[in-house]
This record gives sequence, structure tokens and C-alpha cells, in this order.
Amino acid sequence: MSNAPHPPRGPDAALMSLIGSLTGDVTNRRLAILLVALVAVFGLIIGEGFFTKATVQSMAFQLPELGILSLAMMITLISGGLNLSIISTANLCALAMAYIMTKMLPGTEGFAFVGWQIVAIAVGLLIASIIGLVNGFIIAYLGVSPILTTLGTMTMVKGIGIGMTRGNVISGLPDSIVFLGNGTVLGIPTAMLVFAVVTIPMAIALGRTPFGAATYMIGSNEKATQFSGIDTKRVILRIYVISSLLAAVAGLVMMARFNSANASYAESYLLVTILAAVLGGVDPMGGFGKIAGVILSLVILQVISSAFNLLNFSQFLTLAIWGAILVGVTAVPNIRKRLGLID
Amino acid sequence: MPTFLELTHISKRFGGVQALADVDLTLESGEVHCLVGENGSGKSTLIKIISGVQPPEAGGKIIIESREYSHLNPVESTRAGIQVIYQDLSLFPNLTVAENIGVGQHLGGFHSVDWNAIRATAKRAMERIGVNLDLDVKVEDLSIANRQLVAICRAMAADAKLVIMDEPTASLTRHEVDALLALVRELKKKGICIVFVSHRLDEVLEVAERVTVLRDGKKVGTYDAKEMNDHKLAVLMTGKEFHYDLAAIDLSARKTVLSTRHLSRKGDYKDISFDLREGEILGITGLLGSGRTELALSLFGMNPPDGGEIHLNGKRLALTSNREAIDNGIAYVSEDRLTLGLVLEQPIASNTIVTILDKLKGFMGLIPQAARQSTVDRWVKDLSIKVSNTNNPVKTLSGGNQQRVVLAKWMATAPRVLILDSPTVGVDISAKDGIYEIVRGLAAKGVAVILISDEIPEVLYHSHRILIMRNGRITGEFEAHKSSEDVLRVAVNA
Amino acid sequence: MPENFARFRRSHEFWLLSVILILVVGLSVMTEGFLTLQNLFDLLTSYAFLGILASGLLVVLISGGIDISFTATASIAQYITMLLANKYGLNWFIVFAMASVVGIALGAINAVLIDRLNISSIIVSIATLNIFYGLLVFITGGKYIYSLPPWFSHGIYWFEYVDADEISYGINLQILALAVMFTLTWLILNRTNIGRQIYALGGNREAAQRLGFNVFRLNILVYCYMGLTAGVASLIQAQLAQSVAPTVLVGKELDVLAAVVLGGASLAGGVGTVFGTILGLTLLAVMQNGLILLGVSSYYSQFFVGLVILLSVSATALSARRKRKGVMTE
Repeated sequence: MSNAPHPPRGPDAALMSLIGSLTGDVTNRRLAILLVALVAVFGLIIGEGFFTKATVQSMAFQLPELGILSLAMMITLISGGLNLSIISTANLCALAMAYIMTKMLPGTEGFAFVGWQIVAIAVGLLIASIIGLVNGFIIAYLGVSPILTTLGTMTMVKGIGIGMTRGNVISGLPDSIVFLGNGTVLGIPTAMLVFAVVTIPMAIALGRTPFGAATYMIGSNEKATQFSGIDTKRVILRIYVISSLLAAVAGLVMMARFNSANASYAESYLLVTILAAVLGGVDPMGGFGKIAGVILSLVILQVISSAFNLLNFSQFLTLAIWGAILVGVTAVPNIRKRLGLID
Repeated sequence: MPTFLELTHISKRFGGVQALADVDLTLESGEVHCLVGENGSGKSTLIKIISGVQPPEAGGKIIIESREYSHLNPVESTRAGIQVIYQDLSLFPNLTVAENIGVGQHLGGFHSVDWNAIRATAKRAMERIGVNLDLDVKVEDLSIANRQLVAICRAMAADAKLVIMDEPTASLTRHEVDALLALVRELKKKGICIVFVSHRLDEVLEVAERVTVLRDGKKVGTYDAKEMNDHKLAVLMTGKEFHYDLAAIDLSARKTVLSTRHLSRKGDYKDISFDLREGEILGITGLLGSGRTELALSLFGMNPPDGGEIHLNGKRLALTSNREAIDNGIAYVSEDRLTLGLVLEQPIASNTIVTILDKLKGFMGLIPQAARQSTVDRWVKDLSIKVSNTNNPVKTLSGGNQQRVVLAKWMATAPRVLILDSPTVGVDISAKDGIYEIVRGLAAKGVAVILISDEIPEVLYHSHRILIMRNGRITGEFEAHKSSEDVLRVAVNA
Repeated sequence: MPENFARFRRSHEFWLLSVILILVVGLSVMTEGFLTLQNLFDLLTSYAFLGILASGLLVVLISGGIDISFTATASIAQYITMLLANKYGLNWFIVFAMASVVGIALGAINAVLIDRLNISSIIVSIATLNIFYGLLVFITGGKYIYSLPPWFSHGIYWFEYVDADEISYGINLQILALAVMFTLTWLILNRTNIGRQIYALGGNREAAQRLGFNVFRLNILVYCYMGLTAGVASLIQAQLAQSVAPTVLVGKELDVLAAVVLGGASLAGGVGTVFGTILGLTLLAVMQNGLILLGVSSYYSQFFVGLVILLSVSATALSARRKRKGVMTE
């Protein structure tokens, strides 16, 4: 409802508004119910082991990589496009960062030690920006379909990574970076904090800024948005740059977690990011999707994965269940429509 | 003439809405019959019942050539010789003319394509109505008028005895409409019954014998077309009288806001010079293809002219984008509301504020939610847009309310010049009146308005001054109060 | 036929063909190995797998849908067929029939989900890719099948011809299957009423429904045909690799998509030709092959492939833009 009269006040207000934002729309409510059901079922099967600090923490360690990559995919999906080059971008940026860190860091101390790390990360983000600009330019200004464009950059960027490293792994990163992937702050994995640091501004940008509003409009009808006085080409360019930058952050987190970088890490994640986004309510045709939904979807996927891990099921069974969940969740409203429950 | 189809006691209810209530209709072979009514009057439901897409409620009877049905299915309807040509024409743009015409006759099971048979079918259909199109051209490469011919040929190929045309003249030039009407006369001679479903009747009345008017699901009556005119039909369709005066208003003392001098763009328009004063409504009319929309887009910064000048408040403008035009106080309501005017799938609220996103921006570049909602609510209230929730997609609104959202989003930019390109296309007569009222209100507040339309009464009764455009040039200028529909019609078609 | 040639000159295929011809001429002049019978023979053999899949995907794209689950389908078809062939010692006809049936069955699952549950094909096929692949690797434990029946390993060789260097050529299983599937696809698309209906469906779905097309049947046909091509492709791939590995095919779906879309098929449906697809595939094949022959480090071959994709799609888009210039909508 557009103007609820008086929001509840008092200590519960914050919690209520959080629940409200997560369950506000139909998709999110459905996902929230699914999540509760999954937790209950796994809790019953696995028992207390499922609720230990270690389990929860391990989930929190694993979620950010896929999470950040899914956000990178999501923003382009909302705009009616998609970005197949996110994984190769993440890897190339990680390689560049890892290269600088392993070549320049050893032997430095203090200011130089910190400085080179900052330089490394800056270079990674710079590379990501360039890739994003190339994607955005070709898509927005030349009018090539996003799938072809990003398929091309995906191949090219991966090719650069392989070419420069001859397919080898760069490893042996400084402890400070390893901490980013494997350490905790007050019990919260650092990677999770990084995820939060990119998610919150992204949620604000999509939900509360002119840029975000334009992104949704473009996703449904670019021409009409342009006729409303929005420089749609510039917005699309920015979308692909942001997507690339998110990929670079994901590259940093992956590099930190594996303590290494390689041109072909995590390639199987590519289609999983689309799966996660669509499960979270992002319309693959564009125009719709909220961060809260994608986060719920990521948590669901992670809960399944962790539970199966505890049950000693193969990770491939996890994959199959993820696929089944996607079909199931998207089919529910259509099945109900067929049965005449809603008209 | 023999009766081809007879409907008696046709009713249809959708949920709580009575779409049709006890409607009778007879259609004779070789007649041209107009079916008119506002949106929601039951026209499309009636067509769906005739074409077998929807069954009528029990008690209704459908008699086709003395065979009685309680309801039809699409196959029976087609077999009985009923063909509907929808407004979108339902053609396959990626296939050739021959295939589009012949494909329906050669469905069947898995078999090899008999190209000769398809071409023969297509040729025969074209010969029947004296049309000659290249069989091997893809439909996407044809003009709208030729596409319509393909659709008619397809109906012929299916041995149509009754052809229902939904808004057939909407995107045709006058010349093309004439050709279409000549074709319809030809069909008539062959004993085919043609039903026109239309908002715009002036042209169609020329060839029709009878007109059936529907209002709120009920049949108002069937009338002899010779005794009808636009005005009488409007009264029958709405049950209301609309009367507009041609009052002379002296605007000579007002400041000139916008002026063009020798504005030209190759292939679009040439040597356009006019002045537009504060509070003035300047009508521009002309046939489709006269260059009016192209001119409007140039004033809106989206179609840069290659010669001449545009002045706004005495300053020369060289617009490179529509954003610049908007920032200079120029707004443009597109003729194509559904694909350019609105983002139909997105919420009413988003559509209302899309033009002023940067203005709403507050602390740290964020749009304050309260300000956003209050802006939306204000416009919804000011323009009396009927909405239950501003977060619903704008496509859930009626045509008239959709157009109000379009007006709201442009009024939100506080324009000094408002260009309206066919602002009442697809809008009901009663809803049109509301839009005119808003436009008059804006003019009264000093906004300079350009009203582009090919409906002559629209420009005549709602502008102060009228320019006629033809082949990209201004060919005439009239003061509204010294003019009449006939004078303008002659000028447009000269 | 000057008019037909003028039409062809404006087409996407003409662009592609020009690029390919330039590449071919350049490579023939600059390398000795390119324009040899052996090289062309090897190229055909190694790209047959992608080509067969591309012909299936082409049909899906023309109908207005998309499928990316076919690599998983192929893996399953290959695995089941070879497992049974090892156990029961089947023959050529039966293994191909079996792989086809498996492919068709999995394609039918896609079609039913897409049509009956009304879910978009991209969502369904991402989901089924994961389901098919996940279950396959879970059930098989990811174990390779290294020993194939001897008659299968040996393959076929028709019209064998041995040149002076004692290298033999002929029609092998891969080339035969590729030719058969391309021909079959061309026949279906251009010579049957169903093929024309598939084009029509992709061109205007609503109109197809209004005209009384049996859309469900068409969907079944399209996705089952994709499954069939996956089944056939999987066997010739197994024959070439001389083993079956459940994990090596998944991941190649985008390569196939690249070939088809480069060949001019549109994701919006209704557009695409077998000839275009062959050209798209040829462009990728000639380029990759050329890079190797030119002595470009194999590590950089992906980079150049990506670069050429980007350049060719940009050039096509630019030329299309120039054509449209002056039209109000741009």
C-alpha cells in the first residue's frame, strides 16, 4: 500500500520493517516461506548440527562470492540485458591484483606494504571499469545485443587472463588479503562484511536514486524511457561499469578465499548467478527485481548447499535441487492460475 | 439481402462485470456494418463470441446461414466463413507475402511445403479483390497499408463470408483509407459482409449501410448509416451531449514564447515558420506523413533540423537532446502512448516522476520517499486520475487515465511549451473531454500548447489557431472562430 | 537474378561470408597448412559436435525460445548409451536410436515445462541444465567410461582415400553426422509446413495462436529436435574423444550459442538460417584454426576469438545503423 497510515513504533519497529521489506511483495513472501520450511526440514533431519555456530559461519563464508557475482548479473538483468563476462572479469581483475601483490609486496613494510595493496586493488577496479565501458559502449551506443557483446568480452577477457599467465595460478598473497577471505571480525566473516559493504549501496542505488529508477524503466521499455528525457545510453553504460566493478570485488573475495588467482576459476558460477537472480524475483526479460529477493534466494541456495554438505550429499545433487527449486518457485503462480485459484 | 449471421439474446459476464447484456444483431451478406461503442462497451466481447474465442451465456443463439449454434469454437467460426482482422493485423513480419496469405490454408500434419500451392492460394486471393503485391517480399518490408492488404487477402484465402475489421483506418493516410474503402466496396459486391469496429467513423460512414451502437454492454440500437454523423453517434455512444464553442480570444498582446524560422529537415519538412504565444493553443493538422510528428520531434530535440532556427523566449535554441528541450521548458506527449508515452509494465508512480527524477533528488543524490509519494499523490489528485494504488502497473488503467498519467509526467516538468501529438488516440469520447479540459486549463495558466491531430474537429474546437501541413510544408493558416470543419477538411485534402 | 543478389548483398550472411573469405584468402596466402585437405578434414571433424548442436539450437531460436540445457542432455544421452552399449554390445543403429530417444525425452521435459507451466524458456533451461547435469554426476559419481565397444571406437570411414604422405581421408562418422543433421535441419525449416510454422511462431506468437496453430505441438517438436541433435552430437563426440566423461560437455553451451547468434539468428525469434549458422560456425572455426597455424600462442587464441566476435558484431551493428540513418526512430 502506498500510504500506510502509521508505521508501528517502539522496539519492534525496526524488526517489523525488516520483515516487512523482506515479505512485502509476493515473491519475497514465497521465498521467505520456502526458507523457513527448508530450515525446519533440515533442522529435523540433521538435528542440532545444523544450527551450530560453525555451520552458520561456514555459510557466511561461502555466500559472498556467489552473492556479489549475482548482484553483478542482477543489475544488468533488471535493465533488460545480461552480463556473461562477469566471471572472466572477476578472474582477470584478481589476476592483476594478485600479480601486483605478489611481485611488489614482498620485502615492503608499513606504508609501502599498505600502499601497494591499495594500488593493486585500484588497478583491479580500473581494469573492471575498462571492461564495463567496452560492454556498455557496444551495447548502448552501437546497439548490439547484450548477450553477443558480453559473450565476446567474456571470451576476450578470459583470453587475456590465459595469455598473460599461460593458464597458471598466481598464489601466495599477503596475510592481510587472505584475512579478507578467511578471517572474521566479531565472529562475522570478513567476506560477509565486504558483501554487506557492496550490497547496501547497491540497494540504495537501485531503490532510491534517479539512476535506479531509470534502470527499472529501461528494463521494461528503453524507448519510452528515452522519450521521457532520460539519457538511457549513459545509464546503460553505467550499469555495465557497475556490473564490472562488482565482478572485480567478487574477484578480490575469491582471490582472498583461495589465496590464489587463475583465469578460469569459478566458471560454473556463471549460469548459477542467473539462477540465483531469477529465483530472487528478477525478471529475465527486465524491469523487475529487488535486492532483498536476491539475498533471500542466495540464503536459500546456501542453506541447501550447506545442509547437503552436512548430510554428505554430492554437491551435484545440490545443483540439481537448485534447478528444481527454480522451476518450482516460478511455476507456483502459474499452476495456481491454471487451477483457477487466482484469476 | 440474405441474412448471414443472426445473434439473439447474447449475454456475457466476466466475474462481476456484465460485459454484454441481451444483445441482438443481424448481419446481412453484402452489407457494410459499423459496430461502435466506447472502451468497455462490449464491442470486443461481441467479436470474441462471433469468432468463437468466448462462449456466450446460456440462452443466447447464434444462427449462421440458418444453422443454429449455442456457441462457436474458433474452428467452427472459421469454417463458417468468419474472419477477424485485428488491429495489429496478426501477420508474420519475417515471412513473405505469399506465406502470410497461404499459411493458414496449409497447416495440417507433418508434410512437405507445397510452395506452388501456397503461391497459387495467395495469387487467387489477391486476384479476387484486385490487389497486386510481390509475393516474395517479406511483410516487414511493406507499408502499413500494404500489410493490411495482406491481412485482407489472408481472410479471402480462407473463403471469408464475413470479415470483421478492428480499427482498420487507425494508421493509414487519407489516400490509403480511400483505397481501403474502394476495396471494401469491391468485397461488398461479391456478397461479403464487412463489419467495421472503430472509434473514428467519419470515413467509415461513407461506405456503411448500418451502424450498431453499444453502450455499457447493451445495444443502444441499429441505425441507417445515412442518417448518422459523428456528433449523433457520439451522443448515442456516451449518452451525453458534448458541445464546444468557437470563441474568439484576442492573444495579440501576449508574449511570443516559441517561434521557428524557415525550419527544415530533409525528407521530413521544409521551410516551417510560425509563432506561438503564451496561453495560445495552436492546432496543427494534416494527413499522416505530412511531417507533423517529425516537426514536433525536432522541437523536442529528438530530430535535429538541418536548416532554419528555433527561438524560445527570443533566444535561439540548438537542441541536441530531449533533456535539453525539457530543461528549456518544452514537453512532448507522443502519439504512441503505448510504446513511447508510457512504460506500461512499470508502476503509475514511476511513470509520473520519470521526467523529474533529477529534480526530486535530495541529500546525497537520493530521492526522498516522502517527497516522491507526495509528488505522485498531488498529480493523481490534480488530474483526477482514477487509481487504487499508485504502485500498480500503469497498464492496469483505462486509456483515458493512462493519458492523464502522460500529461501528469509532463506537467510535472512545469513546461512553457507543451506539444501534444494526437493526445486522444484510443481514448473514449467522454475521457477525451477530460483531457481537453486539462489542456484548456494549462493554456489559461499561460502555457503555450501545440495540438497536433488528424481529427479535424479536435483541432478546430480546441485550438485558437490552426496550421495545415501537407508534404512537409505549412499550406494554410486559419483562425478557429472564423473557420469550420468543412473549410479545414478542404484545406487538408486539397 | 540481379534482384536476389541485391537482396543477398544486404543480408547478414553476405557480411559474414565476406569476413570469412577475407580470412580464408589471408590464411591461404600466409600459411601453408591452411588450405590443405588434411586441415579442412580435421576442422570439419573437430567442429562437427558444435555444428550439430548449433543446428538444433537454431531451430529453438527461430521458434522464439532458447535452450541451454542441451550440453547436459548430451552428457546424459552419451553416458546411458555407452553404458548399455558396453553391456549388451549393440550396433550403430541402436546406439544412435537410443541416444536420440534419451535426447528427445529430455527435450520433451523442457517443452512441457515451458508450454504447460508457461515459464520462460531461459528459466526452464537454466533449471533443467542444473537438474540434468547435477543428477547425472551425482548418480554416476562423475566416473569416466574409458573403454568403448571396439566397433564404436573404430568408427566408420567411407570413401577412404590415402594421399602420397599416407594420410587417409574419407567421410568419417563426424562429417557424416554433421552433413546429415544440417541437411535435415534445412529440410525441416524450409521444406516442411512445420518448419514454416516454426518461423511463423517465432515471428508472431499471438498471431500463430489466433490462426489456429498447435503451439504446444510445435514447442514439443522444437525442443525434442534440440534433444535429438544433442543425442546425435553426444555420440560423435564420444567417438572422437574415445571416452565418455560426464563433466566435459557442460560449459560448451555458450560456444554453440555464439555460433548460432553470430550466424544471424535473433534471440527475439523468427530469424535465422542454416546457411547463416554454418557461416557463424565457420567463422569461429577458421579463426581458431588460423590463429594456431599463424603460430599465435594457443594461450592467446581465446583473446582473438573474443576480439573478432566483438569487431564483427560491432561492424554489423554500425552498418545496420547507417542503413537506418535518417529514419525518425533513431
